[in-house]
Amino acid sequence: MSDTITSINASKKIFHSLWSNKRGLIGCVTVLAVMVIAITAPLISPFDPLKQDLSLRLKPPGCKGSSGTHWLGTDHLGRDVASRIIYGARISLIISLSAVIIASILGITIGLITGYFRGKIDTIFMRLADIQLAFPFILLIIAVVAVLGANIRNIIVVFGITGWVVYARIVRSEVLSLREREFITAAKALGGSNFRIIFLHLFPNVGASCIVIATLEIARMILMEAALSFLGLGIQPPTPSWGGLLADGRDYLFTSWWFATFPGMAIMLTILGVNMMGDWLRDFLI
Amino acid sequence: MPYSRSIIREGEVKYVKKYLLQRLLQTIVVLVGITLIVFIILHLTGDPTHLLLPLEATKEEITLFRHQMGFDKPLYAQYLHFLKGVIHGDFGQSLRHGQPALYLVVERLPATIELTVAALAIALAIAIPVGILSAVKPNTSTDHIGMIVALMGQSMPIYWSGLMLILLLTVKLNLLPAFGRSGLHSLIMPAISLGFFSMARIVRVTRSSMISVLGKDFIRTAKAKGLTNYRVIVLHAFKNAAIPIITLVGMELGTLLGGAVITETIFAWPGVGRLAIQAIYNRDFPVVQAAVFTLAVIFVLINLLVDILYTYLDPRVRYG
Repeated sequence: MSDTITSINASKKIFHSLWSNKRGLIGCVTVLAVMVIAITAPLISPFDPLKQDLSLRLKPPGCKGSSGTHWLGTDHLGRDVASRIIYGARISLIISLSAVIIASILGITIGLITGYFRGKIDTIFMRLADIQLAFPFILLIIAVVAVLGANIRNIIVVFGITGWVVYARIVRSEVLSLREREFITAAKALGGSNFRIIFLHLFPNVGASCIVIATLEIARMILMEAALSFLGLGIQPPTPSWGGLLADGRDYLFTSWWFATFPGMAIMLTILGVNMMGDWLRDFLI
Repeated sequence: MPYSRSIIREGEVKYVKKYLLQRLLQTIVVLVGITLIVFIILHLTGDPTHLLLPLEATKEEITLFRHQMGFDKPLYAQYLHFLKGVIHGDFGQSLRHGQPALYLVVERLPATIELTVAALAIALAIAIPVGILSAVKPNTSTDHIGMIVALMGQSMPIYWSGLMLILLLTVKLNLLPAFGRSGLHSLIMPAISLGFFSMARIVRVTRSSMISVLGKDFIRTAKAKGLTNYRVIVLHAFKNAAIPIITLVGMELGTLLGGAVITETIFAWPGVGRLAIQAIYNRDFPVVQAAVFTLAVIFVLINLLVDILYTYLDPRVRYG
């Protein structure tokens, strides 16, 4: 009974907070919309994103095709831009969500351990963080992907493994202050094992910051994946990805403006939504 | 007063020296780590021969190549050889241009620095006034507009804003050249599109830092003394608020260097970033190593400078 009341209270709190923070509301709605679009892509996409029709190359938005209207125009191979954007959302979300999960698990664990135990292990990981942060990040990713090969699995793994630093640093600094608090001393006095203290006591208290970081990291990873694909080192054609669409559109910028404009707009609106949602989460949780 | 004159007093000198020495050692460790990572990247798939030779290479050619490049030696020996080369500035010959890899990088460095500095200048020129204004009038329409500008800047990827700028200013209005480096005209668009992203973050930090400083007691004292708004805001508040901003700017330079890679590709700006990307396409890994290493070193040195500046600006740091 009390569980139901707590969860009703929590939902009420979230609802009230969102209602008063219009930007957060818009952000959450946008993110939800993008997720729905990505999940239901086969259902809502007006055309097959891979179907070429060379008679309809580079047609402006609103032109009529053989099986419907191309609301956002066609690309250089006659494929519907709108459908490719819809399917591109899938790639962006799959990559960013998977990478964030990997990076957060790694980063939070490292942060918890280095913050709690300190000493040598702390120094090693913080030096590692410094070294990794010394690189212009994108160059590092590009170099690694170029050597390993550009496919979804590699990209997710590389993003995930290199993304741990943000989480680790923030979790570590929070743990450093938390470990001096009475409830930790009490847990130790009661004979709690280190493992127990870390995961049952410290972890729930850093969870809020981690959620906020994760949200903003999702935005960053979507941007990075698009950057990689834009440079031709990410998702390879013909699979539609937002960055790849921009790269294709760039070649036709002087003649067919819609080709590069709409995918970029999709990226921007998604990132805007995620950032707004992240800001709201930060105000709400912390 | 939290902001004191920047004289390093007698007793502090020893402490400052110790701190700087620590930072210097740390920097060296990081630099060695960078060489390690740059080395490892090439060897991630084991034997990099297949990356550097065409597919049709015969077995004899492969063996000869491996011996020439030293790939048949144990890994640590290869690393030591590489490290020795790095210290002498020798990253090997570019596989495509036939010139020393580092020379090619250094040749293009001024272009990248020019772009990065211009972008930072634009970012600061917009972000700081906007941030200060937003902080001085919080929660008013000025503030909201400022925050929306920041939000948009943060959400617009460089490759898109760059393309849109080209679309508007070159294709539609024919005002500015879209490609290459040919004087101030060609610098404007790349610098704006690169700086826009950083501007957003700087605005936010300026605003929050100013808000927290403006709430402090000594500001109230300054106002009570009857100082003009200008003196209060600029001379007293901003100087104290500037410290986190400077830290951020140091970090942003790293982001800018990375973003320069994309900007240079879009605008065909002849800098190190573009060289690195082309080298990656061409499998010219000596150049890739040289470029990545150079950019990383620059970034590390900038961070070191920022830390030294920090010590000079914030007397509290000197006391530990």
